[in-house]
Amino acid sequence: QGKFTLLRDTRTDGSFLVHHFLSFYLRAGCKVCFVALLQSFSHYSIVAQKLGVNLTAAKEQGQLVFLEGLKSCLDLVFGEEEEQPGQPSPLQFLSESTSDLRALFDFVRVSLAAPAGDAWKGPVLLLDDLSVLLSLGATPVAVLDFIHYCRVCVCSRLKGNVVVLVHSSEDSEDEENELVVNSLCHHSDLILWAEGLATGFCKDVHGQIRIIQRVSLQQAGEQDLVQIYQYKIQDRNVTFFARGLSAAVL
Amino acid sequence: LVFAEEDKYGLYSNLLFKYFLAEGVVCGHDLFVASAKEHPDNILKELPAPLLDDTYGKELGDEAAAIKSEDFQDSMKIAWRYQNLPKMEASPTSYTKFGHYYDVSKKMSPELIQSVKWHSFYLHEELSSQPKMKTCNMNDAYARLLQSLQRIISQGGFDGSDPQKKQKNVLRIGIQSLGSLLWGDDICCSDTPEDVHSLTKFLYVLRGLLRKSLSACIVTIPAHLIQNKAIMERVTNLSDVVVGLESFIGSERETNPLYKDYHGKFHLQQ
Repeated sequence: QGKFTLLRDTRTDGSFLVHHFLSFYLRAGCKVCFVALLQSFSHYSIVAQKLGVNLTAAKEQGQLVFLEGLKSCLDLVFGEEEEQPGQPSPLQFLSESTSDLRALFDFVRVSLAAPAGDAWKGPVLLLDDLSVLLSLGATPVAVLDFIHYCRVCVCSRLKGNVVVLVHSSEDSEDEENELVVNSLCHHSDLILWAEGLATGFCKDVHGQIRIIQRVSLQQAGEQDLVQIYQYKIQDRNVTFFARGLSAAVL
Repeated sequence: LVFAEEDKYGLYSNLLFKYFLAEGVVCGHDLFVASAKEHPDNILKELPAPLLDDTYGKELGDEAAAIKSEDFQDSMKIAWRYQNLPKMEASPTSYTKFGHYYDVSKKMSPELIQSVKWHSFYLHEELSSQPKMKTCNMNDAYARLLQSLQRIISQGGFDGSDPQKKQKNVLRIGIQSLGSLLWGDDICCSDTPEDVHSLTKFLYVLRGLLRKSLSACIVTIPAHLIQNKAIMERVTNLSDVVVGLESFIGSERETNPLYKDYHGKFHLQQ
């Protein structure tokens, strides 16, 4: 509880981790606020069905608050009616000259604020993916401020968890993105780093995952715990195995 | 959303662009063609002709009749059952259900093009109208293109907004040379462009439009001209498929014996 998990991918698609955490927290009975910036609701819904979770039902019961970034953006850009004064669009920063993500944070805060008698266990904020905010014109400082506010609200006050996906690569020339990713790495309690294999595409091993538990944050002088596994993504689950020991080799 | 990085002289990316549109015509999809460089009418006049069964057979018949008319009279005596089959193998299209073959040396007939509904967006003809949407600090030309696209999608019922429409059709969108100077964007000429986010904002809204409608889109971009590589990384993250075309024209690889059978390289980036 109260943990910040960073999902990071390099040279591969780490969204399988997002799908995992989404269904994991919903099955655990947590209240989830999912800020989905890159894909549509039906995309996540179809994958969640394979993992045994019904997103539509979760939304109707109030367990899942889903922000579909693409749809919100279209409503903002092409919407003709003036928004109600009390409810600005969460993606307000797109149309305004100020690039702070206050409206987005307010959305998250309101979604996870538990009304009295709420049956759900611990709140969770899930974000896919943060790098898109930079593409839409938010400055790195604004993005880091937003994450900071979310951590204070969700992790400290509400004792919930935050899971965020970012993209990165070693020889990236996107300095703003690297800045955000490095800063988040320093503040994360757990980092799950999915990387494509250095040798290229392989049918049986889709990539390698590095699990870094930031023990150094809790106890000074301790080293972070790093574990490395390789993985293969299948239709309904992901299999992990020690490096070099995929089923195809044994 | 398919993103194609253009080759240096744009020859092969143009070809890929035309193949995409030609496939749309043959499948009966609606087309939307946007360009700041060439008028869409001209682009559509130059689509490659499809290799269809009857045209192939017809040509063959004419040729054969002109040259060897006496052969047709020879009837088969032992294998007479085979008499009625065409003399040569039927063209590949009879076996494929997915995709068609095209003859690049021939142009598609105007009748075939007229059989589908197509919309065009030629930037220089659109400059007079004012966009009604919030431009979100986006480049004017991009904003107009989005406006036009959104209008076609909702009027054509591609997003399911018109329940009266019985037959659902697919909209094939082709956008040529996005990001080039002709669109008013300076990312291709300067290392520190004035507005770094216009193109990526445009792509995000485009992605939203594609996700909520029955459409497929190909965008070509002169990536070799973009100095700021960070933009290309962000563009890659926002697209579903990214391919890069690298032609050997004018480079030392043209004369390299290793590459003598090829005209260029096709990079599958994502």
